[in-house]
Amino acid sequence: MEALVAILLGVLTASGVFLILRARTFSVVLGLTLLSHAVNLFLFSMGRLHTNAPAVIGEAAQHADPLPQALVLTAIVIGFAMTAFVVVLALRSVLELKNDHVDGVDKNEEPI
Amino acid sequence: MHLMILPILIPLFFGAMLTVLHALNIKDQRGLSLLSAGAQVVVAIILLQHAMSGDYSIYQLGNWQAPFGIVLVLDQLSALMLVLIATLSVFCIAYATTGHKKTHDQAGAHFHALIQFQLLGLNGAVLTGDMFNLFVFFEILLIASYALLLHGGGRARSRAGLRYVIINLVGSALFLIALGVLYGITGTLNMADMALRIKALPASELPFIHAAGALLLIVFGIKAAMLPLLFWLPRAYAAAAAPIAALFAIMTKIGIYAIIRVFYLVFQNDTGLNEQIFQSLWPLALATLAFGAVGALGAWSLRGLTAWMVIVSVGTLLASVAQHSQPSLAAALFYLLHTTLLTAVFFLLADIFHHYRPGPRDYFVTGPRSQDRTLLGGLFFLAAVAFAGLPPLSGFISKFWILQSTTAPWAYALFWPILLVSSLIIIIALSRGGSALLWRQNKQPATTVRAPLLATGIVMTMLFGSILLSVFAQPIMEFTQSTAAQLLAPERYIEAVLGGLANANH
Repeated sequence: MEALVAILLGVLTASGVFLILRARTFSVVLGLTLLSHAVNLFLFSMGRLHTNAPAVIGEAAQHADPLPQALVLTAIVIGFAMTAFVVVLALRSVLELKNDHVDGVDKNEEPI
Repeated sequence: MHLMILPILIPLFFGAMLTVLHALNIKDQRGLSLLSAGAQVVVAIILLQHAMSGDYSIYQLGNWQAPFGIVLVLDQLSALMLVLIATLSVFCIAYATTGHKKTHDQAGAHFHALIQFQLLGLNGAVLTGDMFNLFVFFEILLIASYALLLHGGGRARSRAGLRYVIINLVGSALFLIALGVLYGITGTLNMADMALRIKALPASELPFIHAAGALLLIVFGIKAAMLPLLFWLPRAYAAAAAPIAALFAIMTKIGIYAIIRVFYLVFQNDTGLNEQIFQSLWPLALATLAFGAVGALGAWSLRGLTAWMVIVSVGTLLASVAQHSQPSLAAALFYLLHTTLLTAVFFLLADIFHHYRPGPRDYFVTGPRSQDRTLLGGLFFLAAVAFAGLPPLSGFISKFWILQSTTAPWAYALFWPILLVSSLIIIIALSRGGSALLWRQNKQPATTVRAPLLATGIVMTMLFGSILLSVFAQPIMEFTQSTAAQLLAPERYIEAVLGGLANANH
């Protein structure tokens, strides 16, 4: 199972990084989502992988570490809010800048 | 000591109240916001007095014992940062009530609530003694800063904001990966406990810790604007509304605070784990310093110049922090106070020029002859002398001390020339900018616009702060020296947080 999870994490992260480096906001947002999925899975697996082990002491012979699960919950909530924010921001910049490039050249941009 | 939680509770309470009461008229909102910031100054000063004894204060949230629950830790560095944050915020909120045509705080919704949430994140980040909690407070301050950066709207802000949000989201992902590795290896998130466990790790586990440390350096490097990760900063800070940019002057310093806290406390063992990290930080810091100076020379406007000066000060601070010695850290902390204040002053000055020179605004081009140029020229001159490091103001004292404290031959062979040349470049950039803004006049009829009185008064008060820093340099230097000594004795921090457990388990 460890190998499977490791491969999954690797593929998710690599796809995420690839998409983040694209030029348009839509792919970048998708990339950020994939990367945050990878990060959540990674955090979760840092409590080590168990099967049939509840995150409560005394319920079964073996128990899983509950802390990474709590951390992942926090990370999911923050990640979700941030994704929503970046989607709205991306839409707004498409409307204002009339293009969806993350790093494009704006002819009307003032020098600073 | 329940007073310790107040720097987190006060902005949380007022922020929530201002969000709910968003229909309140602007004067009451300002009153509440200033009341909150004022209360934070008072609490921060009491906490500073408390911390001056050199003792650590520990606050166990929910009364959970140290390695299991989240703790807040107040030491001299946290107290110093709290005072700096609270003082700066009072000036920024006061400045936001001024403005041309429309005041800054009325340019968009929820300005005061957002400022309070920003302060909540900043205060929490300097108080916490838990790695994951540090992440959470970083997220709070970032979320508030995303909204503040876009405050007022406009193309420039949307562009800069999008880049700023994306790079920080990637930074947050890296932060979580680093925390995952650290938790996976050490099984704890409490900074003191983690420090103990890293010390006791077998050599085979160290590469993981080293990788996590490098990731954390990248994350804090994004926040602090260290060289390969600084390209978001100039446009973002130049685009932000002036009082917000002035408050953001503290944000890069939070990155530096995190570097000091994490690498001086958590990452240390007998094989010199932190020294390896400081070795990679050192060239990056020098490069940041040099790059910032070059950028400053190429600036078109006072806002742009100030944004590059932020980068110069980050480079100087990081180079002092990377030397990992008590004198250079003490000098860096003094410089931190000075530079935060002065970059904030320059952002506000740029805004005054922006409104007061109708044609060219704060761009370095010749404009019509204008009123008040003596007053503004005087303020600009004073601020420039202070920032560039000419005697007798705080810039000179702090830069002199930084140079003096760099004693290792490998360090001063590089650091002295780079710091001195970059200071010279900053002097050139400031004189070039100042002459274009104030000295040269074209033939057009003189403008009648007067410099706004309240705004100028706030800048004057802040500049007076720089004079105070120079006059009271002796006691402040003694304080930063004892702060640096405290930071270089992490065993006492660990002992204070874990108490008897520190010796029992390990």
